[in-house]
Amino acid sequence: MKYKDYYAVMGVDRKASAEEIKNAYRKLARKYHPDVSKEKDAEEKFKELGEAYETLRDPEKRAAYDQLGSHRPGQEFRPPPGWERQFGGGSFSFDDIDLGDLFAGITGGMHRAGGRGGKVPIPGEDYEVTAHITLEEAYRGTEVDLELTVPEYDESGFAHRVRRAFKARIPKGATDGQRLRLPGKGGKGLNGGRDGDLYLNIALHPHRLFRASDHDLFLDLPLAPWEAVLGTSVQVPTLGGPVRLKIPPGTSAGRQLRIAARGLPKPHGGEGDLFAIVQIAVPTAASERERALFKELAEASTFNPRGHFEAEVAK
Amino acid sequence: MKTGQAMWLHERLELAFEELCELSGLTETELRELVDFGVLAPIDPDAQHWAFGADRLVVARSARRLRRDFDLDPHAVALVVALLERVRDLEEELRDLRARLPGGGAG
Repeated sequence: MKYKDYYAVMGVDRKASAEEIKNAYRKLARKYHPDVSKEKDAEEKFKELGEAYETLRDPEKRAAYDQLGSHRPGQEFRPPPGWERQFGGGSFSFDDIDLGDLFAGITGGMHRAGGRGGKVPIPGEDYEVTAHITLEEAYRGTEVDLELTVPEYDESGFAHRVRRAFKARIPKGATDGQRLRLPGKGGKGLNGGRDGDLYLNIALHPHRLFRASDHDLFLDLPLAPWEAVLGTSVQVPTLGGPVRLKIPPGTSAGRQLRIAARGLPKPHGGEGDLFAIVQIAVPTAASERERALFKELAEASTFNPRGHFEAEVAK
Repeated sequence: MKTGQAMWLHERLELAFEELCELSGLTETELRELVDFGVLAPIDPDAQHWAFGADRLVVARSARRLRRDFDLDPHAVALVVALLERVRDLEEELRDLRARLPGGGAG
């Protein structure tokens, strides 16, 4: 069995009072709780914290933990002789058991495994995980490979934490922040309890061209000044293949041209739209001839893009 | 609600009151409290049997976890969940504004 230093996880002294332990938990829980935290690995850290707190908050479990002595985190160790008789209530192998699972199994009155060997139906645990997918995958639907550390129970009801690989099918309809529930894909229920569910939190990888908001997509569309003035027809990439888009004459920068139903498929049917946002691009190195023509245009034109400044400037 | 099939948690899919309890792990009393405190709104509050948009399941699950992990009373749960919802709404608005900015606001 590998040692875990619960006091170090909670950042408290081995002699800390119950009040100090509670305060340390609250402080760290605010930092790492997956519902409120933006920290990287918040989920994992919160699990470690919860495990440490569950053991240290309970005087009997804490006494049992303290009697294991102090070791380096991750160091293989065995409890002192007689420990399991005193705290575990039976004989079992310590070899491949997780320390957290061992203590989770020691409930009030030092019974093992919280009655998992009994006849009460226990629903399986829900799993929740973030699936990172590309925009193309969201568009078509995809299958993702996920890895999760989950508890599995042996015949005597002891939990063993195992790394399990999952395949999960993500149907069309995804977008950033969207949640998918996969019924029955969580932990197995016991004694007739229902199997848990798997919840996927969808996170889209940034795309080179498109930006998603809900099921709409946005794309920058650079136009040459003369294209914007005269109007044109351009080919625009979409996730479903290129489309031609008519640019009306006199199109200003910032204008959003809507291409209907070329966004992401929605879960309840239909698609979002694609918006091409016009940008006026200028040549960085204009040729002699281009400069001459622009000069001629500047002289001929009466266009004043800052007409609305004039009243203010004249004050 | 279909079982066994993948299900997007979006607002147009309906969950019955009992389904929301079962899937979120909240008791009926806890769920009623969240409705009373204005944290979770049924589709039709006057209906005899309340139904909720399936996206509310995310909020309900979050409420249950917060109550359990921070040992919060129902009013505190309501306050935290309401603030988290506001953060989520603002994040969504920010994502939308960024998507509309040329270059995604990256410069």
